[in-house]
Amino acid sequence: MERAGTHGEMTLTGEKRDWTHSLQDMRQQAAIAAKVFIQRDYTNGTVCQFQTKFPSELETRIDKQQFEETVRTLNNLYAEAEKLGGSSYLEGCLACLTAYTIFLCMETHYEKVLKKIAKFIQEQNDKIYAPRGLLLTDPIERGLRVVEVTIFEDRSLGR
Amino acid sequence: MLHLRVAEPMRECEYSQISTRSSTPMETPYKKRTPKRRKWQAFPGRNKFFCNGRIMMARQTGVFYLTLVLILVTSGLFFAFDCPFLSMQITPAIPVIGGVLFVFVLGTLFRTSFSDPGVLPRATPDEAADLERQIDVANGSSSGYRPPPRTREVVINGQTVKLKYCFTCKIFRPPRASHCSLCDNCVERFDHHCPWVGNCVGKRNYRFFYMFILSLSFLTIFIFAFVITHVILRSHRYGFLNTLKDSPASVLEVVVCFFSVWSIVGLSGFHTYLISSNQTTNEDIKGSWSSKRGKGNYNPYSHGNVFTNCCAALCGPLPPSLIDRRGFVQSDTPQPIPPTNGITMYGSTQSQSHMAAATPLLQSEPVILTDEAFLPGRTSLGGPCSGALPLGGHPTPPTSTPNLSCDNDMLPLRNEQSDGLRHHHTDGGHHHFLTPEEAPSPPGMLPCGSPLGHSHTIQGFYNPASQDSLHEDSVRGLVKLSSV
Repeated sequence: MERAGTHGEMTLTGEKRDWTHSLQDMRQQAAIAAKVFIQRDYTNGTVCQFQTKFPSELETRIDKQQFEETVRTLNNLYAEAEKLGGSSYLEGCLACLTAYTIFLCMETHYEKVLKKIAKFIQEQNDKIYAPRGLLLTDPIERGLRVVEVTIFEDRSLGR
Repeated sequence: MLHLRVAEPMRECEYSQISTRSSTPMETPYKKRTPKRRKWQAFPGRNKFFCNGRIMMARQTGVFYLTLVLILVTSGLFFAFDCPFLSMQITPAIPVIGGVLFVFVLGTLFRTSFSDPGVLPRATPDEAADLERQIDVANGSSSGYRPPPRTREVVINGQTVKLKYCFTCKIFRPPRASHCSLCDNCVERFDHHCPWVGNCVGKRNYRFFYMFILSLSFLTIFIFAFVITHVILRSHRYGFLNTLKDSPASVLEVVVCFFSVWSIVGLSGFHTYLISSNQTTNEDIKGSWSSKRGKGNYNPYSHGNVFTNCCAALCGPLPPSLIDRRGFVQSDTPQPIPPTNGITMYGSTQSQSHMAAATPLLQSEPVILTDEAFLPGRTSLGGPCSGALPLGGHPTPPTSTPNLSCDNDMLPLRNEQSDGLRHHHTDGGHHHFLTPEEAPSPPGMLPCGSPLGHSHTIQGFYNPASQDSLHEDSVRGLVKLSSV
């Protein structure tokens, strides 16, 4: 299936990310009604966590539990990326010994988890959010500051 | 030429708003005509990019070249003049170890200087508008001439930390982040701006910086010790004056190393202390977590023991760059859309009054600064900024630093515009802190100190108190460092 109209957004690892056909259709037809921003939660320090508080604008669109589950899974994934443990220390030491040239061949653990996150978000969009006229933007595209939830107008739902 | 560039991207914006990412035959040939720009070319901060976005440095790189020259010359002289004698008389391991140290020093220096220190990308217009709305709601109606300072408090591991709002980047800064006035970026876990490496030192390059100064300490001590050994051994045989005649370079090396040792070893010691207590230079200078501030004051970021702190700082996971320098600028990524279009799109659910409050912020930006201006704003600024604005009357001074870019067409334009901005801010009347680090640069190039100089002279959102104190502290940090 040909993926229409992709400019090819460059991710950190240089891969092109393709939007699914259904999302493109939705974006073509629907106008953006509003955007909600889920801010970062700094109560655990500087690790990347997002607030799980359910925004009021989404009350009519999605189940509270569902949304909180998504954010909680995201938080867990980011925690996994930044986890300090044996494997991350090993990677750090190995990288130092090879003068960081090893990263020309392999990805850092963080980058691997970011890819996992991108896949998770796409999956969530396809299964849960797009049918409800919502769209999650990967936080990495917003500098890990916010999770941007785009709310589309209702007429896109009747397909 | 300038007008043409403004016209095309503006039109492109309008088309993409109607149908995002579609490939109608009408649109595709149009899109093929416009050249693809990489994100680094539209980067709003005051940085220099080389090799098509792979290398990122601060604007002032003069001192970095000095550092490089000092290291190369001293090491070169050591290998050329002292090593032959030493390898024969003592052991050939000396040049080998010296060589390894030298390579390590250069490697870590380049890594520190060329990598992204952890720059936080600026908020998209939507985010900025949303935050503005939240702040307005929180503050109620604007109370008189000076609105209250924009801060948020958060409790981290039992300590109350204030998050400050950055007027330039339009975000609430994460804890430990700070806005570097020289690079005009918010940097995560901002340590300091180091002119010797020509870059900020932040979350992503702190470990390289530390390894650089540590290995440089070893190299300096190594060279110093062995040059002295060389001179002494030679003097025993041929006399002191003859030694000086045969190997004049040794004198130069000794002098350079002697003066470097104190500062570099001192700096290494200082940063070893910082790493073991998990503090940044900023925090240490301000005494944020010192027990002198209060009984219950402790560092909430520390992991508890020295070993974990060191491991975390040096061997912890390396976060990737958040600014995606080499990606292409998308026509439908959030860019400062003209206010009229903005209202049309968001008018239905957001209240008109809030949008009206937000749009003056967006509206005045293209006039004053190039923060979020990607394609349209940046090029259109060249005209109004240098000519029409009442503040900056005279022409901008030329940059003194050489332009080593691999792509030459974009950079001169960027530098000029940034110079124009900085120059008009100097006239804006905000006080500036001239540190020793800024002294090497030509006098006309005073960096525009306060980030709040940007939109506030017109807006009235003037908040000198919190911004200046943070500024003063980070600048004081620079001063203190230079005296180490």
